[in-house]
Amino acid sequence: MPQPTTPRRRRLYHWLALIPPLGMLIGVPFANRVHTLVLGWPFLLTWIVAWVLLAAACMGFLYKLDHRDTTAESSGE
Amino acid sequence: MNVALWVIALVFAAAVALALLARRGHEMNLEQWSVGGRGFGAIFVFLLMAGEIYTTFTFLGGSGWAYGRGAPAFYILCYGTIAYTMSYFLLPVVWRYARERQLVSQADFFVQKYESRALGVLVAAVSVAALVPYLVLQLKGLGIIVSEASSGSVRPSAAVWGGAVALMFYVVISGVRGSAWTAALKDIMILGVAVGIGIYLPLHYYGSYGEMFRRVAAAKPGFLTLPDRGNSPAWFVSTVVLSALGFYMWPQYFASVYTAKDEDVFRKNAIVLPLYQLVVLFVFFTGFAAVLVVPGLAGSDADLSLLRISRATFGGPMLGLIGAAGLLTALVPGSMILIAAATILAQNVYRPLAGSVTDHRVSLLARASVPVITLVAVWLTLRGGSAIVSLLLMGYNLVTQLFPSMVLSLGRRPLVTASGAFAGIVAGVATVAYIFLSGTSVAALLPWAPAVVQDCNVGFIALIVNVVVMAVVSAATRNRLLEK
Repeated sequence: MPQPTTPRRRRLYHWLALIPPLGMLIGVPFANRVHTLVLGWPFLLTWIVAWVLLAAACMGFLYKLDHRDTTAESSGE
Repeated sequence: MNVALWVIALVFAAAVALALLARRGHEMNLEQWSVGGRGFGAIFVFLLMAGEIYTTFTFLGGSGWAYGRGAPAFYILCYGTIAYTMSYFLLPVVWRYARERQLVSQADFFVQKYESRALGVLVAAVSVAALVPYLVLQLKGLGIIVSEASSGSVRPSAAVWGGAVALMFYVVISGVRGSAWTAALKDIMILGVAVGIGIYLPLHYYGSYGEMFRRVAAAKPGFLTLPDRGNSPAWFVSTVVLSALGFYMWPQYFASVYTAKDEDVFRKNAIVLPLYQLVVLFVFFTGFAAVLVVPGLAGSDADLSLLRISRATFGGPMLGLIGAAGLLTALVPGSMILIAAATILAQNVYRPLAGSVTDHRVSLLARASVPVITLVAVWLTLRGGSAIVSLLLMGYNLVTQLFPSMVLSLGRRPLVTASGAFAGIVAGVATVAYIFLSGTSVAALLPWAPAVVQDCNVGFIALIVNVVVMAVVSAATRNRLLEK
């Protein structure tokens, strides 16, 4: 099976996918220090849900970029 | 027979009928039966993968954790998100290889990558050891749900038998197509029921979410944040990471990757599944609402909180719908577990041991082993004991031991040798068994370590042992290969 041979710099944006998991988890000890409710929800829950939404957005963004790549590839062939 | 029971029976019959219809027009060879002929589009693959989100464990356990422990329950939302992010990069690679080599089980992947049938048998053994408790948990949940929703008029044991026999029947006939079709029904019902009660109950009893959380926090100070010790942030983060690594290592989800007809399916799913799992939020809300409405459920009885608050609030028809949704959360994952376990036994244990056999025989044997696995699971379910929950936790840790050698084999050539992978998995599994049978914790093993380390999930120790043994044995065997 041929591995994708796209040049490195073009796939650098894949590292973006690391941001939501890291942001979510690194923030847990800090978000956990907020003991009051924020907008009616426990802040920890709001924090996690926000990152879940960002994760979906981030993957959507990558998908768009990847899709642009593949269409460029196929038209170039 | 009360109204609730009629509703449950009706949905149950519809699910079984759908599953049987799913077979139409397909010759059931092993590839069709186990992986749907690799022809599933985005929606079916989505439904199969979403199966992990709503097992009875999340339906009853998610609300049970929110009810019994509070904030630590939030970890359930995190590990899925991380696993889906990984899936964007991981699953297309797995899928391409599986398609090229015509793989039907997770153990096949190891057999081909490491060119070792022995490794396949080991992976098969670990898989079945983890799958059977998982199936038992689904059946146990099914019994609880039907018996609670029928207000005790159906005994759990009768419900377990009924559910298991129907499950066995349609799995043998329709294979994974049956799972996919019932999953569609399940997800429609779960969306309606979980979201519906998660919105209704807090507003009905407290007026608003804010008021609910305020009153819960007033009644139980510290309940809505993680404690400083025990289920602390360190526990939270380590458990999320460990669960995310193990997520796709469950044989039934690994094999559901093979059902896709193209690899783009996984990338699209990686966008939608994080959003879809937010439905778990509403399961949490139900659990929080139950804290002050049906207090006093202690220990494992916390898992009953969703059903008890529903019983206290709703009449027959709605209770029936909730029970039916719960029933489907047991049937769909249950069917996928049965198919995976049966495929593994036939393909990765029987085939290599029997020497040369036809594909037809392997296919027959896979289906013949379904009743056997079902009966073992029913027997274990009815024998009871709360040991099952710890067995499931052990199962999760067992399948996680497959992650290092899987991920290191993704490149063109595995980065470790077959002997290394074999030794690593054996060492990891032995450590898991020791940890669970002795009931030890990181705090007991490392009494001098700081609190942050002590609270870490004990599964990490097994994973570290696994990786170290794998690296050492791999280095030793690779040198020997070079000397030759």
